[in-house]
Amino acid sequence: MAIIEDAVDRRSDAYARNREALATSVADLRQTVDHIAEGGGTVARERHLKRGKLLPRDRIRTLLDTGSPFLELSQLAAHGLYDDEVPAAGIITGIGRVSGRECMIVANDATVKGGTYFPMTVKKHLRAQAIARENHLPCLYLVDSGGANLPNQDEVFPDREHFGRIFFNQANMSSEGIAQIAVVMGSCTAGGAYVPAMADQSIMVKNQATIFLGGPPLVKAATGEVVTAEELGGADVHTRTSGVSDHMAENDAHALGIARTIVAGLNRRKDHGLEIRPPKAPLYDAEEIYGIVSQDPKKPFDVRQIIARIVDGSEFDEFKPLYGQTLVTGFAHIFGYPVGIIANNGILFSESAQKGAHFVELCCQRNIPLVFLQNITGFMVGRKYEAGGIAKDGAKLVTAVSCASVPKFTVVIGNSFGAGNYGMCGRAYDPRFLWMWPNARISVMGGEQAANVLAQVKRDGIEGRGGSWAAEEEAAFKAPIQAQYEVQGHPYYSSARLWDDGVIDPADTRMVLALALSASLNAPERETRFGVFRM
Amino acid sequence: MSLRKLLVANRGEIAVRVMRTAKAMGIATVAVYSDADARALHVEVADEAWPIGPAPARESYLRIDAILEAAKKSGADAIHPGYGFLSENAEFADACVNAGIIFVGPPASAIRAMGSKSAAKALMEKASVPLVPGYHGTDQDPTLLAREADRIGYPVLIKASAGGGGKGMKVVNVAGEFADALASAQREAKGAFGDDRVLIEKYLTRPRHIEVQVFADTHGNAVYLHERDCSIQRRHQKVVEEAPAPGLPPERRAAMGKAAVDAAKAVGYVGAGTVEFIAEGDGFFFMEMNTRLQVEHPVTEAITGQDLVEWQLRVARGEPLPLTQEQIPLQGAAIEVRLYAEDPQRDFLPQVGRLDHLRLPVDVPGVRVDAGVRAGDSVSIHYDPMIAKIIAAGTDRAEAVGRLAAALAATEVVGLATNRTFLAAIAGHPAFAAADLDTGFIARHAADLLPMPEPADDRTLALAALSILLEEARVSAAAADPADPFSPWGLAPGWRLNRAAHVDLTFSDQGARIAVRAHYRPNGFVLDLPGGPLPVEGTREADGTLAARLAGVRLKARVVRSGMKLTVFAGGTERAIDFVDPRVASIDATGTAGRLVAPMPGTVIRIAVEDGQEVTKGTALVVVEAMKMEHTVTAPRDGRVAKLHFSVGDLVDEGAELLVLEELN
Repeated sequence: MAIIEDAVDRRSDAYARNREALATSVADLRQTVDHIAEGGGTVARERHLKRGKLLPRDRIRTLLDTGSPFLELSQLAAHGLYDDEVPAAGIITGIGRVSGRECMIVANDATVKGGTYFPMTVKKHLRAQAIARENHLPCLYLVDSGGANLPNQDEVFPDREHFGRIFFNQANMSSEGIAQIAVVMGSCTAGGAYVPAMADQSIMVKNQATIFLGGPPLVKAATGEVVTAEELGGADVHTRTSGVSDHMAENDAHALGIARTIVAGLNRRKDHGLEIRPPKAPLYDAEEIYGIVSQDPKKPFDVRQIIARIVDGSEFDEFKPLYGQTLVTGFAHIFGYPVGIIANNGILFSESAQKGAHFVELCCQRNIPLVFLQNITGFMVGRKYEAGGIAKDGAKLVTAVSCASVPKFTVVIGNSFGAGNYGMCGRAYDPRFLWMWPNARISVMGGEQAANVLAQVKRDGIEGRGGSWAAEEEAAFKAPIQAQYEVQGHPYYSSARLWDDGVIDPADTRMVLALALSASLNAPERETRFGVFRM
Repeated sequence: MSLRKLLVANRGEIAVRVMRTAKAMGIATVAVYSDADARALHVEVADEAWPIGPAPARESYLRIDAILEAAKKSGADAIHPGYGFLSENAEFADACVNAGIIFVGPPASAIRAMGSKSAAKALMEKASVPLVPGYHGTDQDPTLLAREADRIGYPVLIKASAGGGGKGMKVVNVAGEFADALASAQREAKGAFGDDRVLIEKYLTRPRHIEVQVFADTHGNAVYLHERDCSIQRRHQKVVEEAPAPGLPPERRAAMGKAAVDAAKAVGYVGAGTVEFIAEGDGFFFMEMNTRLQVEHPVTEAITGQDLVEWQLRVARGEPLPLTQEQIPLQGAAIEVRLYAEDPQRDFLPQVGRLDHLRLPVDVPGVRVDAGVRAGDSVSIHYDPMIAKIIAAGTDRAEAVGRLAAALAATEVVGLATNRTFLAAIAGHPAFAAADLDTGFIARHAADLLPMPEPADDRTLALAALSILLEEARVSAAAADPADPFSPWGLAPGWRLNRAAHVDLTFSDQGARIAVRAHYRPNGFVLDLPGGPLPVEGTREADGTLAARLAGVRLKARVVRSGMKLTVFAGGTERAIDFVDPRVASIDATGTAGRLVAPMPGTVIRIAVEDGQEVTKGTALVVVEAMKMEHTVTAPRDGRVAKLHFSVGDLVDEGAELLVLEELN
């Protein structure tokens, strides 16, 4: 296999500037995530600990194999939403190893608004379930939640992708042999009671966990019966009398130990068709990516230099290197797993789109996972290109990407604008995972383009009516548009709304992809059937 | 006489040791073994091995008939009795001779002559062997007794003639105190034994135990192979033995040697024997003669360059002694310690259990190790809990002491408590270096030799934590699904997205919980320890050694895990600490409430309660005897006896539930 030659000038000013800019963004990301990890604040944490409970992240650590990586999802969920009072949307989700196998962990954070479900909490929970379902990851729900957040009930309860979907997913995953295990470590009221009730196996912590459809106040109001929470739905009731739960644990750690034992007995092995080889580190330092990625999104950089810092041995077997050169396609290995990489190196032309579709077909035929490195401002426009059928060539790529059933992974490493997002496996194309780098921007088009387009339309209108539009007026018109696009195109804005699965440090890209690739192998391979390609 | 096949009527290290020499001499070896020893080392090294009965010694190693039958069936023409068991049993010596088998030891008559201590002393007196000055007469007139005390010289010891165990025993330092002390001793003797007769002996304030190795053949030759100093004793059990006796002038050595040879000749001795003296100042007095090969014979071998078992076998087949008195060398110095399975922190309570991990200092220069066990073997309740003898030799005593310390530092035992630390403390003690020896050594230096256990230090915790973390990393790497053999999930310990990672480890040290937080770093960890943060890194080498760096300081250590117990060996010290997995620990806590378990393996000798009986806290419930010690299990709280699982005479394992104590309503 060919080795990508190092072509980075580490002494250039541009390198230093780029490096500085991206390192600053990464530092901000880490700081933001650390702050979010504190959950509901000191007072709430102290109160939680005083009850003898472990904090949600300590629960996860206790559940995981010692030292297991934890690929946290949607860390920035609800960031900047709900007055910034619901860090991580009050729920921690991610993939980690339990008893030697990758599991999806969904842990309520009771220190955040009592663990109640805000709209983004529901979205995050459902996204975790979707990932679990696609990748056949056993689900472990660490339940400690007051249920739906009542003031937001209209955005939490009624719709298809709302609260009820959680249980629908549990039932269907169970039917597909994806284990559903609930560890009840606090309250679990009303609809929430169905999380353990729908689970294949459940555990309750003594004198701490409760499950009931209606809590003591509701019972008293409804029937006049006076009953304590423990008598109504404590671990003793449910593991001895009602059978709603299966195991009673002494405390959080014990409960998590029982969950580990259950996972150890799931009796599942990975079954896939990949030829895996021993991993090799890339030849070049991953942190050099900081210096390669232009701080100015308009300045291109050679994506091969990024690939060289992600793939095993910096080895890349490029497909059609001389054709459609704005799209780089080729085979490589990441941590030993074979992958097909599709990466932008400029805007998409007909040739690059056709090449991309061809390459997707190759990977599907060979059952090789696809990795998209997305940095796209769009398809080429203009009379020549429309006449050349760029729309149908773009459609070929979109068809291929849509139908490809091999695991797909998307990393937005720069721009994600317009139809380029579709062809490069944006969120709508069901990649198994989608991450963004801190420098990435996502919107229907670039902020400047959007302002220009809107200004052009306005100018046409003004001038059509015989008026004129001063340059200052035009600038004043464009500024707020550009500002809006900048805010809404920012990866934190995207991540807060679950348009992606997280913002990652570019230097971690290889490890993130490797963990996700390994996790994806839990699902059996699926054969691809393509739709009609417009020729 | 031909000696082609030797049966060793013993077990453990001495059986192995005897067979080693026999093999070197071209003599075939036969082992005998009890049911408990079917897979023991001595069985494995023998050319053939015969079962002789169940585990208890009286049903196997003490059964003369079974052993002789094994000898006959195997065609052995000689029996070596080792030490202990039948080695000083005159009947056994007779039975061998009657069966036409050579008994590798003295004639039965010599065993009998030395078997009775009082008769032996009378015999020695006749042979002019010095005895402790004393009065053993029947005339109990107080004035006469006082006069005898004056003659013997103060201090003197008044002892009950009938007694033992310290009852009726009084030390008198000056004549003025004699009358009162006598009256008191007589009163106690009368009360304890119904007999107020006493005897008086010279009381030695700082006596040394010095013994002389003698050898005699069937041709009338007898020599001594110099002496051994075995003064460092605990409850009359030798702990450290060395040769030669430090500071013994050559003329006294010769005098003691001659006295010992005289003693042997007086009883017509043949073979290896040891004449024990008690010595103080210039005086030495006969105590007794051991008519066998001693445990501590290797130190004599070291300083004389002789193989005493070879001498025994040559003498047994009728050859003359290999050397004359003048030809016997005395070179350098040698020290032996006995590594025992016993817990010095619990009054040397004998330990039984499996040797989960055993490393003996076989590769330390100048060090000999005689062991009868291997890693994985068990120390049982049936026999002596000695694990090994460690013998360090040198060109002089200082070199031997240094090597002994190095040998003990390199000794590792996990699975049961040993006296290793205690022995190391003796080997490193200034009084030992100065050879300031007498039988009061251990009592005098007890505070130094048996220090109170201190809380585990940061180094111990760091090594324990590092060991756990490396092991967890190894396990997760190895736990890979065969379909995903290089999974990053097992190869990236502590990886987190956009965050630093840590893991909390919990240890338990003498009942105290210690939390150690380990922060993952690119090449290792930073540990939050009681003394502050400490950067650590390390790898585990193929032989299990932990090559660690603690704050940059490189050191080799070994951490052996046995269940949840970690034993940290580093720099010659050892420290055990328990690892706690809160996920599992809680499970145990739920299951054991109200259960009462045997503190150690043993025999139930008394059941003090009946089924259904209500008892109050502190009531004695069951008495278990183990290693000749009685352990009473008492009620930890008020309750009702619900289930008695055993009867008197039953054998119980450690941790076996003896009974259930129900809550009273």
